[in-house]
Amino acid sequence: MCLAIPGKIVNKFEADGVQMGKIDFDGITKNICLAYVPDIKIGEYALVHVGFAIEKLDEKTALETLQIFREMGVLEEELGATTEAQGVQNEISARVS
Amino acid sequence: MKYLQEFRDPELAQNILSEIRAATTRPWAIMEVCGGQTHSIIRHGIDQLLPENIELIHGPGCPVCVTPLDMIDKALAIAAKPNVIFCSFGDMLRVPGSEKDLFRVKSEGGDVRTVYSPLDALKIARENPEKEVVFFGIGFETTAPANAMAVFQAKQQNLENFSMLVSHVLVPPAIAAIMDSPTNRVQGFLAAGHVCSVMGYAQYPPLVEKYKVPIVVTGFEPVDVLEGIRRVVMQLESGRHEIENGYKRVVNFDGNIPAQTMLAEVFRTTDSAWRGIGIIPQSGWRLNEKYRQFDAEAKFDVTGINTVESPLCRSGEVLQGMIKPHECECFGKNCTPRKPLGATMVSSEGACAAYYNYGRLAPKAEHSI
Repeated sequence: MCLAIPGKIVNKFEADGVQMGKIDFDGITKNICLAYVPDIKIGEYALVHVGFAIEKLDEKTALETLQIFREMGVLEEELGATTEAQGVQNEISARVS
Repeated sequence: MKYLQEFRDPELAQNILSEIRAATTRPWAIMEVCGGQTHSIIRHGIDQLLPENIELIHGPGCPVCVTPLDMIDKALAIAAKPNVIFCSFGDMLRVPGSEKDLFRVKSEGGDVRTVYSPLDALKIARENPEKEVVFFGIGFETTAPANAMAVFQAKQQNLENFSMLVSHVLVPPAIAAIMDSPTNRVQGFLAAGHVCSVMGYAQYPPLVEKYKVPIVVTGFEPVDVLEGIRRVVMQLESGRHEIENGYKRVVNFDGNIPAQTMLAEVFRTTDSAWRGIGIIPQSGWRLNEKYRQFDAEAKFDVTGINTVESPLCRSGEVLQGMIKPHECECFGKNCTPRKPLGATMVSSEGACAAYYNYGRLAPKAEHSI
């Protein structure tokens, strides 16, 4: 759980006064806090860890890293969530969309 | 060649390996302090591709593994309380406490929920105002900004029913403790790339100078790990000790300033216990006084717990590089990922679990190249 996974910013929105964004990880989307990468733009990539973008990435690095993580089988574990947590995510998605 | 074909760029990997082979004239011991790197090394057989006399020592880089037993026991005690919803990252649920684990608490009726992010726990708190919602805030510097933001938000939103059981640990003091140990064998370090993406690497030059030890900021992908090892070996062979950044596409010297600002707002450093190792001075974070109302240790009475580590588990020796996982008598017998005796067998980033999952059941196998 010390890995951060690259994802692409699909949109940006504010929730409870915090900058958030929907991020696409190889087909799985999640709502992620963008407060630590305030100048990131839609279409750019970020390294994401436990729901937070922690660093911007260039596209080439992001795609290569995603591919490696997919091959290592760690993508699902890092994005992993139980039914309960997924339910929470879905609810958040529903609330902001 | 079994492993090399699985590299994204086998030719590049082969070239780096050839350079390492050509340069290596003596035995060297190099430590990685990152569970992701440990996983990558064992998954791709990097340790078996290296020259015989380069040893990789898997350091205390798995946050799940080093979370101290008394914090696990406190988590178990809080999670068992009737009015509590206890939220945690999934890989903490099977970590053995003195008597049981969080899965057991859940099966006994405790409301234990796994969440992806600490912000999910905040949402659960908002939706369950009649319940106490506690989040188990563990991890290294990579995870700390997320947990700091959750506490900051809880204060902003005046969420009185939210609290955090904080057990955060820091990499640089652990490196110092390893170098200070009289039994230390480590001669060079791979620094964890994603920790440095948050913190930068300004904390490392003083360690390099004090201990005369090479430290190379290193990524997680197999080629990144090989490149980190190559840089450490080149320094060792030429008698240099420097900080190098081998992961420039992600890490810069200063790190993520907004994240560091939030960390300074919410946390302060404290002496911290590391499971299997002991107390390391100023190696952890706890909540600042301003956020004390969100400290689960202050909110719940969890003192006087008697902690008992398994007498059979040798994870402390594994974490300090004194033995390899398969050298423990229990490995793969009465200790497996499904029934772990110690935390290093739980997380996929723990050295014991990585050895088990990738079939390292015997000492160093025959070289494949």
